[in-house]
Amino acid sequence: MTFDLFLQHLSNGISLGSLYALIAIGYTMVYGILRLINFAHGDIFMMATYFAFFGIVTFGIPWYITFPVILIITALLGMTVEATAYRPLRDAPKISILISAIGASFLLENLAIVLFGGVPKPFPTPEVFTDVVKIGTVSIQKLTFYIPVVTIVFLVGLTYLINKTKVGMAMRALSKDHETARVMGVNVNQIISLTFGIGSMLAAVGGIMWGLKFPQISPLMGVIPGMKCFIAAVIGGIGNIKGAVVGGFILGVGEILLVAFLPDLTGYRDAFAFVLLILILLYKPTGIMGEQIAEKV
Amino acid sequence: MKRNLILILMAVLVVTAAIAGCGQKKDSDVIKIGVFEPITGANAAGGQLEVEGIKLANKLYPEVLGKKVELVIADNKSDKVEAATAAARLVEKEKVTAIIGSWGSSLSMAAGDIVKKGKVPTVGASCTNPLVTKGNEYYFRVCFIDPFQGTVMANYAYKKLNAKKAAIVQEVSNDYAVGLANYFTEHFKKLTGDPNCVVAVANYNTGDQDFSAQLTNIKSKNPDVIFAPGNFTESALLISQARKLGITCPIIGGDTWETQEFLDIGKGAVEGVVFSTFFASETPITNESKKFLEEYRKEYNKEPAAVAALGYDAYILILDAIKRAGSTDTVKIRDEIAKTTNFEGAAGFISLDENGDAVKDAVIKYVKDGKFTYLDTIKP
Repeated sequence: MTFDLFLQHLSNGISLGSLYALIAIGYTMVYGILRLINFAHGDIFMMATYFAFFGIVTFGIPWYITFPVILIITALLGMTVEATAYRPLRDAPKISILISAIGASFLLENLAIVLFGGVPKPFPTPEVFTDVVKIGTVSIQKLTFYIPVVTIVFLVGLTYLINKTKVGMAMRALSKDHETARVMGVNVNQIISLTFGIGSMLAAVGGIMWGLKFPQISPLMGVIPGMKCFIAAVIGGIGNIKGAVVGGFILGVGEILLVAFLPDLTGYRDAFAFVLLILILLYKPTGIMGEQIAEKV
Repeated sequence: MKRNLILILMAVLVVTAAIAGCGQKKDSDVIKIGVFEPITGANAAGGQLEVEGIKLANKLYPEVLGKKVELVIADNKSDKVEAATAAARLVEKEKVTAIIGSWGSSLSMAAGDIVKKGKVPTVGASCTNPLVTKGNEYYFRVCFIDPFQGTVMANYAYKKLNAKKAAIVQEVSNDYAVGLANYFTEHFKKLTGDPNCVVAVANYNTGDQDFSAQLTNIKSKNPDVIFAPGNFTESALLISQARKLGITCPIIGGDTWETQEFLDIGKGAVEGVVFSTFFASETPITNESKKFLEEYRKEYNKEPAAVAALGYDAYILILDAIKRAGSTDTVKIRDEIAKTTNFEGAAGFISLDENGDAVKDAVIKYVKDGKFTYLDTIKP
């Protein structure tokens, strides 16, 4: 394998990895604060791509207006899911909420099949994102440069929000103990709702980027990315935002290099992610950057 | 108390049986034909095109033996497991007289044993893998099979494109794509006389969206042509990623590409790709083709895809067999379908060989200005 070829593979891997990282951040943030795996995350991600499709294709709104509006709509969707599927179960055992999350996921998927149809739709791709840049013999889509930047911006923004602001302090308090936080004057429902809003917004950003890179959307498109990004979050240490980014890159680059160096194993590409998950859970259940977790999910 | 409960249960049973009985009596006025297609999932666009053709045929020919023909649509969800369930529902619960479908050879094969055991004659519209009908006397099809299609594309690559080195990208979880790739390889080796003429074989799974690693490897081998049989959504993404990676050689494929979604998703990147298919509306073959084209355009306001014509053909072939059998006995209908020779369908004349496969011409099309355009017709 020549050096140029390796560079091309590496750039492909970073491009995919940064996308995983972006979605994994949203996953891990909700977990970190609520200790709840939001299985509907992948489906909220899917819904965001459909909103963008309708905004740009059906209503002909330019992308630079559509995309920000989509973030808000998707945040509202996430808050609605939280209010209807999770809030009534606030004091129920963790397992009930987990099952409710799976239910919410199926509901969104099937709702999308009924409302939008089962046929895949083309995602609109403005030229600014999909143009190709050539560096030597390596071809790179402009999008490949944007995604890591967006990921880093959100990483820094979120870290600031959680560690330096009052809302962030409330979130951290909640992640330790709901009751005590409530006694200390934290509006639990409001903060949780906000957390879901931000998490869903991240799903929307991930969805838009995903759609630009792979311009085909369908009601079940969120399932595999949802699982992969969940795995990325676990690899990095679920609940840890920096860990999610690291996990996303490991998974993305690992997948690409697996296919690149061992073409015979291509069919096991998805299996690779799950094997990695099993290994991590067996040998380092807290993930690469995670803290010790006492509770079970 | 317990006895009362048992009495109530029995009463419920009797009433249910009576109602069910009534239902059955009413059913004998209609002939049910099952439509076994992917309406949702990765293959939905293909399945829905076939359903369009079938529904049109049902509208134009709504009756046989003086009875109304009712279509029972079962969605196999583009999934092999769901396909078996959907087929079982048609055979056991709906008790259909015959079945049409499915788009996708893997899905059709999943139903093979069920229709064979249930003795329900089934006619596939566009499933081209030889194994669908092989060893199954209840499965037929109105299209040609992959050995022929693979040969046609290998000939095209060698003779028209002057290709000496080919690369293959196949959807490895799809029997259709793998079969087609094998027949292509076999024939291409024969044509070039070079056992190493296939310089790279890359795989992907149904539903994959990222093909950059496979394509980067292929690019380094510098092939003259890429043969990439597979589902239309994955193929469209694959071709556009190939072009973005700077792969400029011709990319060719099979009949599954002929859907509007392939063009919508692939956009400019799929311009110039070539594939083999069953039928071109530019060259109507029979009187039935003319009727089909006229009615299809009126009904759906667009140009028909080849698979829509095949769905239409599968329906009128079954109806013709029922007419000849003179009864709704499924075994008799099967025997009549097997005897089909020179039947006038919308996508050409159909003669079924001893395996239940149609022997007919292949059409080569390419994408020009964002439209599927007729290129050539190849005799068997």
